[in-house]
Amino acid sequence: MRVALFITCVNDTLFPGTGKAVVSLLRRLGCEVDFPAAQTCCGQMHVNTGYRADGVRLARHFTEVFSGYDAVVAPSGSCAAMVREQYPKLVRPGSRGAAAVAEVAPKVYELSEFLVDVLKVEDVGAYFPHRVTYHPTCHSLRGLRLGDRPARLLSRVRGLELVPLPAADECCGFGGTFAVKNPAVSAAMGADKVRNVLGTGVEVLCAADNSCLMHLGGTLDRQKAGVRVMHLAEILATTEATG
Amino acid sequence: MSAREEILGRIRRAVRDAPEVEIPRDYRTSVPVDDPVGLFAERVDDYRAVVHVLPAAEVPAKVAELVRGRRMIVPDGLPDEWTGGAAGGAELSGADGVVTGCAVAIAETGTIVLDAGPGQGTRAQTLVPDYHLCVVRADQVVASVPEAVARLDPVRPLTWISGPSATSDIELNRVEGVHGPRTLEVIVSI
Amino acid sequence: MSGTFLGMPGNFPKNAEKAVQNSQLRFNLRKATHTIRGKRASVVAELPDWKELRAAAKAVKDETLRHLDRYLVQLEEAVTRAGGHVHWARDAAEANRIVTGLVQATGESEVVKVKSMATQEIGLNEALAEHGITAYETDLAELIVQLGDDFPSHILVPAIHRNRAEIREIFLEKMPETPDGLSDEPAALAEAARLHLRERFLRSKVAISGANFMIAETGTLVVLESEGNGRMCLTLPETLISVVGIEKLLPSWRDLEIFLQLLPRSSTGERMNPYTSMWTGATEGQEFHLVLLDNGRTDVLADEVGRQALRCIRCSACLNVCPVYERTGGHAYGSVYPGPIGAILTPQLRGMGSELDASLPYASSLCGACFDVCPVAIDIPEVLVDLRAKAPHGAAERAGMRVAGWVLGDEARLAKAQRLASRVRGLVPRRLPGPLSAWTDTRDLPEIPEESFRDWWERHERP
Ligand code: SF4
Repeated sequence: MRVALFITCVNDTLFPGTGKAVVSLLRRLGCEVDFPAAQTCCGQMHVNTGYRADGVRLARHFTEVFSGYDAVVAPSGSCAAMVREQYPKLVRPGSRGAAAVAEVAPKVYELSEFLVDVLKVEDVGAYFPHRVTYHPTCHSLRGLRLGDRPARLLSRVRGLELVPLPAADECCGFGGTFAVKNPAVSAAMGADKVRNVLGTGVEVLCAADNSCLMHLGGTLDRQKAGVRVMHLAEILATTEATG
Repeated sequence: MSAREEILGRIRRAVRDAPEVEIPRDYRTSVPVDDPVGLFAERVDDYRAVVHVLPAAEVPAKVAELVRGRRMIVPDGLPDEWTGGAAGGAELSGADGVVTGCAVAIAETGTIVLDAGPGQGTRAQTLVPDYHLCVVRADQVVASVPEAVARLDPVRPLTWISGPSATSDIELNRVEGVHGPRTLEVIVSI
Repeated sequence: MSGTFLGMPGNFPKNAEKAVQNSQLRFNLRKATHTIRGKRASVVAELPDWKELRAAAKAVKDETLRHLDRYLVQLEEAVTRAGGHVHWARDAAEANRIVTGLVQATGESEVVKVKSMATQEIGLNEALAEHGITAYETDLAELIVQLGDDFPSHILVPAIHRNRAEIREIFLEKMPETPDGLSDEPAALAEAARLHLRERFLRSKVAISGANFMIAETGTLVVLESEGNGRMCLTLPETLISVVGIEKLLPSWRDLEIFLQLLPRSSTGERMNPYTSMWTGATEGQEFHLVLLDNGRTDVLADEVGRQALRCIRCSACLNVCPVYERTGGHAYGSVYPGPIGAILTPQLRGMGSELDASLPYASSLCGACFDVCPVAIDIPEVLVDLRAKAPHGAAERAGMRVAGWVLGDEARLAKAQRLASRVRGLVPRRLPGPLSAWTDTRDLPEIPEESFRDWWERHERP
């Protein structure tokens, strides 16, 4: 199967390791991975901050770049939810934009969805002998309704001990520009999430969104908490050979 | 222009292009319940009200036992066998309690509904006294809210009662007993 | 007398910053919201048709709003036929004028009140006070707020920010008849309120209420409550005045079968609230006046995206589940409508002219928990995002977003920016200046990689 990788602007710029992990994981599972070089950003930050016109421009660019693929895989629940859930609301019904969105949006998958629903694998052959907890980010949980797909994938990773995270469904406080527009509340939410993470006694906090992990990891690092954050793709890509 | 005309005009302009709406009513309008009386009793009990389920023949004695020593209000039209021999006629402000029937009762929610019909008193009579004894006939118990709504007449003043007066205003924890009757006792006559 | 929120200075982030540092407030809110969340979840799970009830409720409300003019006229006819009087109020001032006049006509200078969002919204108590009429709140939480000279902070439980010890203090100080030995047990506090209000209920000649629902077909008004103060106010006084927003309408009697299932389970987490009163027109010899309130609602109705906020049945489930509300409490929102619903309703009702109102659409991380629990399926995140597009933006932010949009608009520009960032990666300070310090005050920055993903792909993978 030929899939396009939508890396997302945040991963592209700040977390290239996640992209590399997705590429190696998908290839290991027999996919041919393409990276359309013209891709940039889904427009979420602009739309959600109130700059709709800029966001719509970026959305149009996205639908042009990713038109014609069987599947587009994004290692970000938030960006996948943006395309699937919010793009249809940005276009005028019956317009050309609406047609483009209708063609592309349903083919955009978050990584765990693609693995479980499209490739129909849960055991991806990973090996990661560590204590891990998983934070289901809001847009994965309530936007895409990923449910237990990530947990199913993680629980099949050899050596991995998955520890349930108390109050897992609560927002971590990142919220895009919310983190800088309402820093006090964002930090308070992050502190509570981090307290729950630390209570589990894990080595690694995992999520399917690096933006939330950037916020939580930044908080953990500032506290010198000794817990590292890893994207789901990075854990799933690790094998006995590579790890 | 009158406020009425202006508001109606604003509404018409506001919704001019709004789409028409279909209402899907796929929810349950009747609920199969094996033992509605049993469920009703269980749910009333959950509100920390007192419930007795008794054969009709035993109800008069039970009522008599419960009203003994209380100054009771006995509303017009209450069947004689449900008065427990209470003299009735107590003044609203001096009464300790009231005994009534009801219009309908709901099993799923443990609710009794009064419609000010015969034997149910005025709204004030079931409110001011601190003790409310309500006798429910088994055939008045319906399973669900939709079935109760269908049985009721909106033109009558209706009071839906689910347990004794309560409040959750302190730390969102429910405590019984504020302004309405602090004790609700229900007899289901089967 | 509690104050009014109108014209409150500041903005949400500043108010919130103060609130999150108040450990007592954080503790009280956390405890209360977590209690209610659990209760709601368990009684909602009991109904196998919750999804269907929610879909029906949403559609009934939308259909009502679509034909609101027709239904209001129908309601007016039904109420009038049943011996009630209907008044129409364009705005707060007009509603206050009408109610004041009606109270004055009775010759009374005291009224008892059932908790009502609409009368809080219009500042009715303050307006009555200006004419020498004293309004006594009778709901326990409203009483706590009123006695404590405080602001409400929650739709359903206006004193949610107070714990039992604080409530005891307020009662001891403000209710002279309260014995010094009063404990802080909730039952004892409720008893104190019962004694305090008992006489007043039996004496009062005029009551003012709101309503949860009005039935167009029959002219019936519906009030849900717990304590019995509502029943006291609705039944005992000779005159009853109900002030109700025009959107509180339901077309038919039958529609209650939906909403009487959704509302109690969503709000107090009970299968049914202790008391629900329904009356049609002048009942049992009472004089009845209904004041229909617009006060900005028709403006909300005109907004294609925002109008869904008028479906709200004020259950407060969205507040109880909101992670932002849980940490800031209601006062930070500067409105009688706090929390997620407040963040979309207040800017629509009042406009975004003030700094505070313009900051409300941003008082959310868009986590979506509110939408999930809303019994009438208001897509609060959608409305927030829509309002953000209409909100005024600062010049610096506009410039920053324009640059970001330009860079992200083209892959070559993005690649160039990424390479520049990689080149200066060693020079980025641990604490950023200006608005970005909001990030680094509490969080470390991620390390900028030596190479972006796209450059890595270009070097390694390009066929
Ligand atoms: S918006 Fe929805 S959840 Fe919030 S108070 Fe209104 S009805 Fe309840």
